[in-house]
Amino acid sequence: MINIFEANETNEMIENENLDVRTITMGISLLDCVDSNLDRLNHKIYDKITTMARNLVSTGEEIEAEFGVPIVNKRISVTPIALVGGAACKTPEDFVTIAQTLDRAAHDVHVNFLGGYSALVSKGMTKADEMLIRSIPMAMAKTELVCSSVNVGSTKTGINMDAVKLMGEIIKSTAAATKEKDCLGCAKLVVFCNAPDDNPFMAGAFHGVTEADAIINVGVSGPGVVKHALEKVRGESFEVLCETIKKTAFKVTRVGQLVAQEASRRLGVPFGIIDLSLAPTPAIGDSVSDILEEIGVESTGAPGTTAALALLNDQVKKGGVMASSYVGGLSGAFIPVSEDQGMINAVNRGSLCMEKLEAMTCVCSVGLDMIAIPGDTRSTTISGIIADEMAIGMVNQKTTAVRLIPAIGKKEGDVLEFGGLLGSAPIMPVNRFGCDAFVNRPGRIPAPVHSFKN
Amino acid sequence: MKKTIITVTGRDTVGIIAKVCNYLAENNVNIEDISQTILQGYFHMMMITDTSGSDKTTADLSRDLDEIGESIGVKIHCQREDIFDMMHRI
Repeated sequence: MINIFEANETNEMIENENLDVRTITMGISLLDCVDSNLDRLNHKIYDKITTMARNLVSTGEEIEAEFGVPIVNKRISVTPIALVGGAACKTPEDFVTIAQTLDRAAHDVHVNFLGGYSALVSKGMTKADEMLIRSIPMAMAKTELVCSSVNVGSTKTGINMDAVKLMGEIIKSTAAATKEKDCLGCAKLVVFCNAPDDNPFMAGAFHGVTEADAIINVGVSGPGVVKHALEKVRGESFEVLCETIKKTAFKVTRVGQLVAQEASRRLGVPFGIIDLSLAPTPAIGDSVSDILEEIGVESTGAPGTTAALALLNDQVKKGGVMASSYVGGLSGAFIPVSEDQGMINAVNRGSLCMEKLEAMTCVCSVGLDMIAIPGDTRSTTISGIIADEMAIGMVNQKTTAVRLIPAIGKKEGDVLEFGGLLGSAPIMPVNRFGCDAFVNRPGRIPAPVHSFKN
Repeated sequence: MKKTIITVTGRDTVGIIAKVCNYLAENNVNIEDISQTILQGYFHMMMITDTSGSDKTTADLSRDLDEIGESIGVKIHCQREDIFDMMHRI
């Protein structure tokens, strides 16, 4: 039987250490909506989403009330729209109508975000893929809740450099198209290498073609809980440090597993995966950067940061995998800049730069995330940054991503304010040397050899 | 039958247990076990209850108890036992 101290520990985590379930994301396949008539396609998409997800938010709220654990977001991911809209869309504007349908459906079922305005082009682009990509700036400007992602590389196929070049231009155009909202469109657009099919986190969530008709994926969180646990083991050995992270990750993930099972049962939709991620928020005490500093680096970005992050990421996975039957998605520690007050502080103190962030992405989940750069950064330079990050993912057989926000009309030292979970982003300097000749080469980077590991 | 755990935390004052127990009795919730302690100067109480005889859902009980807690200046949580079992038992 549970005792008072255990009950107290759980409630302390929820009340004071920001333990929450970050998201319940319902993946919905739209493949059965495909139609050559655009109006019919839009109708079918709207009907399917609003039917499948009509009880998603109310069920999430019921679970919150019964178990006393906050479920911060309820979201939807759908089949990459380039596949769904290919038969009906003849122009990028046609794709934008689908984005607007998705936005309307998301508003009507009251979810926080809907992901899947996506194209998977790791080896080559179909006409539909290219039209969808070219429609992204307009789609992001005309919708509020729709998130977009483009997978431009993988370990098996290499990197599609034509898509990388195009995405550099698209990111800049998206920033320009949403300039009035502090370039918010770019916060909803992510470029991937090795994108997972079952990621519940935004902006990169989409419902992969290998998935069932509908599925429930859950993303857990809990940087504050890990930080708090580590405060009690200051000065102890690495063994004690790792044990503490593992035990805490186990407890956090168990809550996610419970919520996922309940949501799946009540909605009558199969349970997919738990994403064991330490996902920070701008709230004080909910920071991955604070954990790294608690482990022992003076300020995130200082020497030792990459090793500390590698340790953290690995222990989170080791603790989490035993807590859940199915683990997937991105699973690891997220290191976004704007969404983590500790990271923002590190940038403002001058300890954390873009190059160190790139190194950190080699050992944790995701990549260069929510980083504001000067608005006059050239599109080829953005493509170069994307190519570097994709190469890390391709060679290390891991997911990497880039979510950069060129701050139009602003320069290094200024700040972009998004508010809410997206936080605020100090504009970080970018290497001033160009890479035009590299990015302008057509074609793709071949897949790496999977032997002779060095 | 799944149990519901009610926890009360806050500064000790007259009538906390009476208020909570009265509410539970009115709503036909059976109290199976009560434990209490003082931690870092704060009053902590935990009740293990069976709500199967009550007309109200756990979510409704939770909302009502939250209001009662606010009226007497303590924090009351009413949660299904599963969340604690999942976290603390393998």
